[in-house]
Amino acid sequence: MPAKKPCTPPDDESLLAGTRRDFLKQSTFLTAIALTPAGVVKAAENKLDEQIAAVFEKMTLSMEVNGVQHQLSVEPRSTLLDILREHLDLTGTKKGCDRGQCGACTVHVNGRRINSCLSLAIANNGKKILTIEGLAKGNELHPMQQAFIDRDGFQCGYCTSGQIMSAVACIHEGHAGSEMEIREFMSGNICRCGAYPNIVNAIQDIAKGEGKV
Amino acid sequence: MNQFQYNKAKESLSAIKLIAKDPNAHFLAGGTNLIDLMKMGIVTPSKLVDINHLPLSKIEKLPTTLRIGALVTNSDLAENEFIKSDFPLLSLAINAGASPQLRNMATVGGNLMQRTRCPYFFDTAMPCNKRVPGSGCGALQGFNRMHAIFGASDQCIAVNPSDMNVAMRALDAVVHVSGPRGERKINIADFHRLPGNQPELDNTLQKGELITAVDLPYAPFSKNVYYLKVRDRSSYAFALVSVAAALHIENNTIKEARLAMGGVAHKPWRLTAAEEFLKGKTVSEDNFKQASQIAMQGAKAYHYNQFKLKLAPNTIVQGLKMASGLAS
Repeated sequence: MPAKKPCTPPDDESLLAGTRRDFLKQSTFLTAIALTPAGVVKAAENKLDEQIAAVFEKMTLSMEVNGVQHQLSVEPRSTLLDILREHLDLTGTKKGCDRGQCGACTVHVNGRRINSCLSLAIANNGKKILTIEGLAKGNELHPMQQAFIDRDGFQCGYCTSGQIMSAVACIHEGHAGSEMEIREFMSGNICRCGAYPNIVNAIQDIAKGEGKV
Repeated sequence: MNQFQYNKAKESLSAIKLIAKDPNAHFLAGGTNLIDLMKMGIVTPSKLVDINHLPLSKIEKLPTTLRIGALVTNSDLAENEFIKSDFPLLSLAINAGASPQLRNMATVGGNLMQRTRCPYFFDTAMPCNKRVPGSGCGALQGFNRMHAIFGASDQCIAVNPSDMNVAMRALDAVVHVSGPRGERKINIADFHRLPGNQPELDNTLQKGELITAVDLPYAPFSKNVYYLKVRDRSSYAFALVSVAAALHIENNTIKEARLAMGGVAHKPWRLTAAEEFLKGKTVSEDNFKQASQIAMQGAKAYHYNQFKLKLAPNTIVQGLKMASGLAS
């Protein structure tokens, strides 16, 4: 009987290293897949490498914000709200619901009030944006800002910049003729503190003194 | 939000081609519904084709119809002088929906395409045949207070959330579309569909088809009209029940009536039998009550929306009273 070949135990070190390496390789791959946007995975599956590049490509966005021209590089999925706050440090515009239900993110685009959380930044290329920071002239508050202070039109203040931007637009649109009309045309701005009566008072003050806004 | 490719279309044909060759591409107009759905992970396009630069923002008076470009914003439409004078019902309905900010963004074409606000459609942890065909309907045995009482199926009991669509249904709007196989017109009655076995389909548009305009045929409904929307708060909420009523009245006699309801079906719900009943009748609360009973035939409620069986006919009567001037 031939001598039994001693069973050579596997080199623990190398086995472990190999396993660890395989594991790491595999888990890294899985993590990468899990963290990769669906569009990219799909593009990769279809071997459409050029589409992968396109999906990650940042695009050039030119827009005027509060009278200052900006040129930015943005991802297509960035909203106007996020670009204002994160890239331009204009944090006066607030993120409330981020779904167009609260009005805290209200800004004016080409003179019209919109919810900046539902607007892709890149879709605003070439447009003029006005945020709460652009209302005052130096140290002189915009009349609507002053009216909100005079009438105590806020408590916690989180919704206030959206309220004021909306209020200015409400006057421009000619929808501030009565308390009922103001309430209807300010309904897109929710105030959790319930400062509504004072907000209506502030807007009525400005509506009565036409030409100030 | 998932990454996607962004393209800006300069003319309709190239926009249609871009969409037609990519099964997961979407048109982007106002974005008030689409961007929301993308944030929630309900719609995950690989490509968006921004159509906002296409020349579709005009309102034109043609010999027999008023033509509204698909990119006219909801606020421009509601404030338009022709709409206010000739189709005031549409103006009332649009101003009853959303908020001024959203109406400044949302377009006519986008409003026609607006998806349901059923909470089970919006919650990706829940089953929904509209979102994931074959996954089941969470609303059927769930919290179905906002849901349909007409034309639902055991696959889907969601409702169309639009106010504009209800007025357009009453006004016999015609939707113009342009697609890979050319142009065609769709009567609004055939544009939105009932859920049946394919609740994932809201409308009868084909892949790659782009709404270019909506025609409103001239009709004698410039005076006795009303849009009554009943909701949980007095503004900025979706309808529990809404009624669009347009009456052509001469010498206290109804020559023609148009009635449509929102918040009750998967599509804007036209009350044809009630309209027939009202034709030739005098303006009276009794006739309006009878019409409302006729309109409710075939209604079916679910566990939490039983109240709509009473709210809907009451809303019809009140809507007709407001339109006719019996109430103010």
